[in-house]
Amino acid sequence: MLRYVIKRLLSLMISLIVASAVIFLAIEVVPGDPAAYMLGLNAQEDTLAALREQLGLNGTIAQRYGDWISGMLVGDFGTSYTYRTPVVEMIRERMWISLPLAIYALALSTLIAFPAGIWAASKRGSVTDISVMGVTQLGVAIPNFWFAMLMVLVFAINLRWFSAGGFSGWDSGFFAAVKSLTLPAIALALPQASILARVMRSSLLDTLSEDFIRTARAKGLSKRQALRRHALRNALIPVLTIIGLQFSFLMAGAIIIENVFFLPGLGRLVFQSISARDLIVVESVVMLLVFAVIVVNFAVDIAYAFVDPRLRVQG
Amino acid sequence: MSLLQIENLDLDIHGTPILRGISLSVQAGEIVGVIGESGSGKSMTAFVVMQLLPDGATCSGKVILNQEDVLTLDEDSLCKLRGAQVGMVFQEPMTALNPIQTIGDQVAETILIHEKVSRAEARDRARIALARAELPEDKFPLSRYPFELSGGQRQRVVIAMAIALRPKLLIADEPTTALDVTTQAQILTLLKKLVREDGMGMLMITHDLAVVSDMADEIVIMEKGRIVEAGPAKTLFQTMKHPYSIALFKASGHVPVRTNTATDVPLLEVENVVRDYALPRTKLFAPVSYFRAVNNVNFTIERGESLGLVGESGCGKSTLTRAILGLEEVQSGDIRLGGQPVFAGHKVNRAVRRRMQVVFQDPYGSFNPRHKVARLVSEPFHLLDEPPKGAQKNAAITRSLESVGLTERDADKYIHEFSGGQRQRIAIARALIINPDLIILDEAVSALDVSIRAQILDLLAQLAKDLGLTYLFISHDLSVVRSITDRVLVMKSGEIVEQGPTKQVFDAPRHPYTKSLIAAAPRLPEISVA
Repeated sequence: MLRYVIKRLLSLMISLIVASAVIFLAIEVVPGDPAAYMLGLNAQEDTLAALREQLGLNGTIAQRYGDWISGMLVGDFGTSYTYRTPVVEMIRERMWISLPLAIYALALSTLIAFPAGIWAASKRGSVTDISVMGVTQLGVAIPNFWFAMLMVLVFAINLRWFSAGGFSGWDSGFFAAVKSLTLPAIALALPQASILARVMRSSLLDTLSEDFIRTARAKGLSKRQALRRHALRNALIPVLTIIGLQFSFLMAGAIIIENVFFLPGLGRLVFQSISARDLIVVESVVMLLVFAVIVVNFAVDIAYAFVDPRLRVQG
Repeated sequence: MSLLQIENLDLDIHGTPILRGISLSVQAGEIVGVIGESGSGKSMTAFVVMQLLPDGATCSGKVILNQEDVLTLDEDSLCKLRGAQVGMVFQEPMTALNPIQTIGDQVAETILIHEKVSRAEARDRARIALARAELPEDKFPLSRYPFELSGGQRQRVVIAMAIALRPKLLIADEPTTALDVTTQAQILTLLKKLVREDGMGMLMITHDLAVVSDMADEIVIMEKGRIVEAGPAKTLFQTMKHPYSIALFKASGHVPVRTNTATDVPLLEVENVVRDYALPRTKLFAPVSYFRAVNNVNFTIERGESLGLVGESGCGKSTLTRAILGLEEVQSGDIRLGGQPVFAGHKVNRAVRRRMQVVFQDPYGSFNPRHKVARLVSEPFHLLDEPPKGAQKNAAITRSLESVGLTERDADKYIHEFSGGQRQRIAIARALIINPDLIILDEAVSALDVSIRAQILDLLAQLAKDLGLTYLFISHDLSVVRSITDRVLVMKSGEIVEQGPTKQVFDAPRHPYTKSLIAAAPRLPEISVA
């Protein structure tokens, strides 16, 4: 087990190093002067020079990469060019929206997908199964921003149960904050839940046709017991993989939904920074998202080992 | 009163008749062997008793177990019955266990499901059951996972699960088909011992006549969902009258008529071949250790000869085959075909490679289902520098299909339209199409029913005579090797431990391992069938 964890940790480190190098180089290699790009066509020569100095563009590549990495390690992400505030503070503020939103959406998606997938698989070919498959097909097909707007129309404008957008802030109380995240979380969770339910169903069906399920039934377990005690955990591996991928998507992919609901989250920050050509913020936020994705996938790898003893032993 | 009494049982699945008018009985302490080929309904009969049938199955008749008709029981009562009154052992030990649960938990579950006992007590009784199945705790702790055990050991776990509650009836569905001969002999002895100790009745399903004739008290022969003949094992083979029973018996011991085409010109020469595999590191920075799968192997096949290679799973037969075919490079030694090396540097020597072909075991898995037979059969043409095209190619396809008893029309079909035996003929046609010198038959008849196997063996003998082919015949089935080869090699742990003329090796084995293999192989009773 320890060997497995160490191996995965090594792979995590390597991924982080490679990813940071790619992000750094992408901005370096892009032709032209980042400072000139950021300031636009009519920039003054002395402003450019000042920005270059501020961006640290005057050293060698290795030196600048080293500065960037060591800065991030101590929490110094640089200063935003457009907002003139430390990037780390901007991120911290928005993280308090994006992270809860992603976790909320993931929880919703899992809570919907598991029962739906299990229910469909245990009644294969029945009306239940066909309906679950139909609804999830629709859930995969519908664009989430359209669904988000539909929800705004119904629940915010007509029924007035929720506000149409914005975030009340955690100061306004836990429930108020959660409430303002609810519609966006549902909009994000719906397609994810649909995919996850389908994966759960097919993985479970594969497992249910395995020989060891027949063995379990021959021992005297009912269908339901065989499913719960033997099939479910075996079916979990592909499902965990998808959950890992989805969390990454929810962290990074909420840009559109955050815009629909006017949520000041990380996605919106990236979007605005790109429009404002604020490369320092883009670079940092992208690196942060990559970091989150890699860490989540590491967690999924560790979860595999808990599910499957073969990984614990063989690594 | 019989322990199990099946009366006039019919089974239909989605309206297709599967079983018709099955009647048989099992007494306490008796072993009843049910024999049949694939599709005879023998396994379905077992699943009717367990009531573990696929969707859409309807039964009629009576299946009386311990004075209760299981066909009238509801699902709850059936769950109480399964595992407690009837235990079942399956064919595939590799997949019959939950891969992520310890063996102790899996055996204890049988007890926990049926009896209100504490977890600790269930584990104590699981320990006893495993010990009875000859997996003592000091060597096989309850915390082992299935992947840490061999096939035979896994089958013992399945047996422990089945007997944990001392059921009255044990159903064994091809319990040893997937196992090596020596393991098979041990498992059969174990089953017999348990049946006698507990006074259980046992219904043993198998395709292997030799296995049941050693083991059963009563034998039932099935064909196409019906019982064609039944009687006491001691006398049945003498008294049997039904043409199918007689045909089955003859096919089981079938020896094809062979003409000796062996010459003294060496075709394949294997010299001091060594093949190592790197093992996963045991510690993070430990040096890589190697597993020697083939250790210093030497042999020669003469042109026109049929050479057998026998050995149990993991002995290195398949690794050796891959090395001969040039699929994997060897660490040292030489493999030459007709004097030419199989490897030219690190790449396979195409000029040599096109002179040998292989036929594998699985007639279902070794074809791409989306290609037509013509394309499948002509695949080896890519080994030629100038493959035939157009009419010439079609003629070659027809010729090879006809040589294995198929027709030109079959070229336009897909593989799913053929039976297992026909598929194996197609595999042979594919091997023949580029007129190779050597054909490697890797368990090529092991997955076939006995009657089909007899036909394929005849075909192979005929082709050897007509085309002067040379065979390397790899199998774990000693009786088949005995019937089709001139010389035989016995392989164990990567080494050839004995070699010699087939008859001599089988009649007077010298190496203790060969002796144990031959002793373990189940034998058909020696009788003369008119």
